[in-house]
Amino acid sequence: MNQLRWMLYKDLLIEWRGRARVAALSTFAVTLLLLFSFAVGPDTDALRTHAPAYLWLSVLTASTLLLTHGFKLEVESGAMEGLLLLPVSPRAIFYGKAIANMVLLLAVGVVALLVTLVLFDVTPRENPIWLLLILVLGTAGVSAPGTLYAGLTARLHAAQMVLPVLLFPLVVPCMVAAVRATSLVLGGDAMGQLDSWLWVLGCFDAIYWSLCGVLFGKVIG
Amino acid sequence: MPAAAIEARDVGRRYGRRWALARLDLIVPEGSFFLLVGANGSGKTTFLRLAASAEQRNRGELAVFGQDPARRAENLRAHVALLSHKAGLYEDLSARENLELLAGLASMEPRIAEWLAAVQLEDRPDPVRCFSAGMRKRLAFARLIAQRPRLALIDEPYGQLDPVGFDLVDGLMHTLRDQGATVVIASHLVERASRQADTALVLHQGTPRWQGPARKVPAAWAAVHRVPA
Repeated sequence: MNQLRWMLYKDLLIEWRGRARVAALSTFAVTLLLLFSFAVGPDTDALRTHAPAYLWLSVLTASTLLLTHGFKLEVESGAMEGLLLLPVSPRAIFYGKAIANMVLLLAVGVVALLVTLVLFDVTPRENPIWLLLILVLGTAGVSAPGTLYAGLTARLHAAQMVLPVLLFPLVVPCMVAAVRATSLVLGGDAMGQLDSWLWVLGCFDAIYWSLCGVLFGKVIG
Repeated sequence: MPAAAIEARDVGRRYGRRWALARLDLIVPEGSFFLLVGANGSGKTTFLRLAASAEQRNRGELAVFGQDPARRAENLRAHVALLSHKAGLYEDLSARENLELLAGLASMEPRIAEWLAAVQLEDRPDPVRCFSAGMRKRLAFARLIAQRPRLALIDEPYGQLDPVGFDLVDGLMHTLRDQGATVVIASHLVERASRQADTALVLHQGTPRWQGPARKVPAAWAAVHRVPA
């Protein structure tokens, strides 16, 4: 637990020092949202209907940049090898990095959500606090397998291209659940389906976070 | 006779089809100061990385303190420290923060001021990215001594350092040895390194060519490479 705390502290401190990176990622996510709105055109109903999908696509795309960059810096400087040669549990390394990635992705997600609400002129029909919970669960569902695969591909020259190929198919269930849950909060949940989708998200998160923690040591050790 | 810190029998490591290290038989006694000498690509770094469990051999048997580093890496990592070409430092953190992180992760008592003073970096609060190559090397040495390893594997200890740094590093390596550590270094500065070490091994194109007392290594090195003495 102590090692995990140090890993998390280190990753968040480094991100805080280079906070322009998170700002750039947020800008990237917002740019994607703008591109979606331009692509669809002035059909406001279509934009409102598909806003949750655009939101999660922009978060997912930004996540690949976040995940590959973080690991690449550590691998290139030799810091990751130095870390692995210390008597440090690979699980502590994984959970520290995965939680840090989730926090950063959540920050990007919050910015993207606010822009989505304004840009597509959407007012949530359910309590907006659900949106925050969906963001937490959705980004958790991307961060755990994303951290595992980023570690796996960090030594490859084409890491930035390989990571989405591996990651996107794996997180499809999470993304479907996140988009559906977001749609229900924004468009109204007359049939009371929100709970079910949140359970689906939560279950996938539990599977990803437990499995990836076990596999990380074997992949990168 | 002291126990062996490293024992290698017919050890080989291949990258693709090329053997970077082949047919290496070697015993490094515990508490000794051992020198590896060889031209670029002779297998020095490969051997250090195998002993540190950073890589796995393709053939032969290797034991570090009686344990196979390929199978018992977790057990050995508390006792073995590798200082490689890459300093392995976090560029956005200061020297103090890098050492605090090490102490926190390895559950060591954080004697940061002492470690920084040992490498004369106590007055540098700026991030490592502002450091010169020599200063990074010194900080990497601070990490090494902080770990108090039983086996210190040091690749090019004098690389990137100025003459003052050479003396500093010699002192640090002897401190490690005085603390009971086995020190294995790989260096191109044959004359200087041979004055520090007890025994030496000359590698040539991945194979061992000569082994003996370190004071004789300059002559052996010259003979292997046909350098006029």
